[in-house]
Amino acid sequence: MSVLESPGEDVLVSVRGLKTYYSLRGSFGQRLVGREAGHVKAVDDVSFDLYRGEVLGLVGESGSGKTTLGRTLLGLVPATEGSVTFEGEEITHKSDRDLRELRRRMQIVFQDPHASLNPAMTIEQSVGHPLTIHRIARGSEYRLRVAEALETVGLAPAEQFLDKYPSDLSGGQKQRAVIARAIILNPLLLVADEPVSMLDMSVRAKILELMLNLKQEFGFTYLYITHDLATAKFFCDRIAILYLGRIVEMGPSAAIYEDPKHPYTKALLRAIPEPDPLRSVPRDLPRGEVPDAARPPLGCSFHPRCSAAFEVCGWESRDLRDLLEIRWASMAEADYEAERATIGDIAALDAPTMSFRVAAGSGRLGSDVLALLETIRSETPDEPFWTGVRGLSVADGYAEVELFPPLVPRLLPLGRAHVECHLYDDDALREAETRRAERSGIN
Amino acid sequence: MTQAPVVSVRDLRVYYGTLRGTVRAVDGVSLDIGAGQVLGLVGESGCGKSTLGRGILGLLPEGAASDGQVLYDGQNLVSMSPKELRGLRGPELGLIFQEPMTRLNPLMRIEEHFSETLKQHESKLDNREIRRRSLETLGRMGIPPTRFRQYPHEFSGGMRQRIMIALALVLRPKLLIADEPTTSLDVIVEAQILSILADLRENFGTALLLITHNLGIVAEACDRVAVMYAGQIVEEGAARQVFSEPAHPYTRELLRSTISLDTKELHSIPGAPPSLIDPPAGCRFHPRCPDAMQVCAAKPPIEQALDGNRRALCWLHGPAEQVPDDGWSQLERPQIAVAEEA
Repeated sequence: MSVLESPGEDVLVSVRGLKTYYSLRGSFGQRLVGREAGHVKAVDDVSFDLYRGEVLGLVGESGSGKTTLGRTLLGLVPATEGSVTFEGEEITHKSDRDLRELRRRMQIVFQDPHASLNPAMTIEQSVGHPLTIHRIARGSEYRLRVAEALETVGLAPAEQFLDKYPSDLSGGQKQRAVIARAIILNPLLLVADEPVSMLDMSVRAKILELMLNLKQEFGFTYLYITHDLATAKFFCDRIAILYLGRIVEMGPSAAIYEDPKHPYTKALLRAIPEPDPLRSVPRDLPRGEVPDAARPPLGCSFHPRCSAAFEVCGWESRDLRDLLEIRWASMAEADYEAERATIGDIAALDAPTMSFRVAAGSGRLGSDVLALLETIRSETPDEPFWTGVRGLSVADGYAEVELFPPLVPRLLPLGRAHVECHLYDDDALREAETRRAERSGIN
Repeated sequence: MTQAPVVSVRDLRVYYGTLRGTVRAVDGVSLDIGAGQVLGLVGESGCGKSTLGRGILGLLPEGAASDGQVLYDGQNLVSMSPKELRGLRGPELGLIFQEPMTRLNPLMRIEEHFSETLKQHESKLDNREIRRRSLETLGRMGIPPTRFRQYPHEFSGGMRQRIMIALALVLRPKLLIADEPTTSLDVIVEAQILSILADLRENFGTALLLITHNLGIVAEACDRVAVMYAGQIVEEGAARQVFSEPAHPYTRELLRSTISLDTKELHSIPGAPPSLIDPPAGCRFHPRCPDAMQVCAAKPPIEQALDGNRRALCWLHGPAEQVPDDGWSQLERPQIAVAEEA
């Protein structure tokens, strides 16, 4: 992808078209006949370069695929498709033995410091474990190198900590020990997966400061995985925003924070609680949560939550169900019962499709359903879903809904950043214009 | 606030017996929460804030003892029998936990959770009324009636937390204690839940104690804030005022170390919170306090009322006549090593 290259800089890791799918375990019968029940696209066609000495932030909510992406980069999870090169060397499809060799140069720091250290091993054993695994040092040299690593991360004097067990250490001290273990082989790349999110506010700054100092001193390259845009702003040179396995926006930190483009990035920034009471802003939050990655929305994955979504974003039957349910949640019980009785089985809307029937409830007619849908449309004209409706018609026992087909968004350059959103894609905007004309012609 | 508070805590102490000694998790706390008011309780892990929340409701584990007063509706909850307390919990006093999944029964439909709760506490209600009350409360939390008969696993994390809140609110408690209700949720969902909690004031008139370690959350959702350190409230006041002009050095340092979008440089508080078994003499914060004076190491501070219905537990605010002549000079302290830090 030419859009992501920036010639002249030294690329440490290069990711191209990377896909990591997890297959779902279906029913017993399906497994018996070897049929798969489908898969979850945890990472879905991601491309980027990681330059030597930079800090790249992978930011997203849970389920965005950020952790899987980090692990695929280290070969901890097998890639389904695509390529990852580390110092020019392809690492997908490498054997475990070859990967082990590589891991001297790439290390990971996990989120939970309490779970990353073996409670039965002393700090000396834990931090020095990589030296043993890679048969690098033993005896007095081993102890010396462990002590050196501990002092580098601020656990000084090291003698105080060598014989301690993780349970003797505070959360911040444990995370320091985990970092010591990660740097003891002097790696090039450190993947830090939420390294501070389990720590108290007053400790977070200390660990981030430590990581910045280590980078200065040893020239590490970091992949910083987080859900927290506030720490990422401080820490990262570049940011990639992930949503359901795809990069939706990527660029230099300054560009992302000063001028976010993607509606999802904007929403993430708005959602950060602001401690300064003089600066708190009114919230306009996207509804709902990250959808199930096993059944992602059609078109743009973010469209069901996006207030700026329009004709081309991928409207489907499930969006109508959401619309009805949100409406019903705020209605008095009797009004809800009346509307609910008009419509038959709404579970039928769960199969994603652009052309579908909304069945009438028992004793109701297709025209009743159509009338209800029209009422809802007139009461919520600003609801983005209606932009996707190509036609509503009535038949015997149901109303027929036809929606515009989805366009899949593309990651396109925009200013200093790249954005995957139809709002910034001229082709999509033109198509939306055509559809708008078609709609107003009909209605 | 001119009305009488819903709950008044006076000099509450909660101690745990452990093998290493007595942990004084809550050590002489007083606070009031009024109807429709949201009080934020903030502090680092291990400062006793969760214990305080549970202590108010009398939900303490074995080996814990409490003393002092929790005045609710003219009664002192601390001296009540477990049976009497059980009768109050639910209809009068509610609690929202951190992990919503572990508090919902995976084998029970949402409908059954609500009917069980309502039948337990309001046995006079008929099924029709139970359904109406449940759906109304769920609707206010944004849970559609179409999902009333589903099981907990069919809901997302944020929806489960909404269900938990609805389950507490359906009994219309006068006091609700929410212990880190958004900690396991994503940022956007967290913000959604916070706006729901902030709306409680208008919709339900519930008094809410919101326990959190996130100062941003307090600023967004709370009227007042109490800052807790080593088992004591060190500052309390209107959230806006406390955050714009913190009176206690601990509040100030905690605010400075919070990383927000405006953070220009990293700041942290040296050292770690003290042991609650053997806290430092004098002011418990003095070993970490940049403003510490001689008196701070020698005498425990005396709570001072400040302008604007605020209070602080810090010698900087006096009383001056209690400070010995040589007490005002800066306290010489040994440098705190990085390794001593949390």
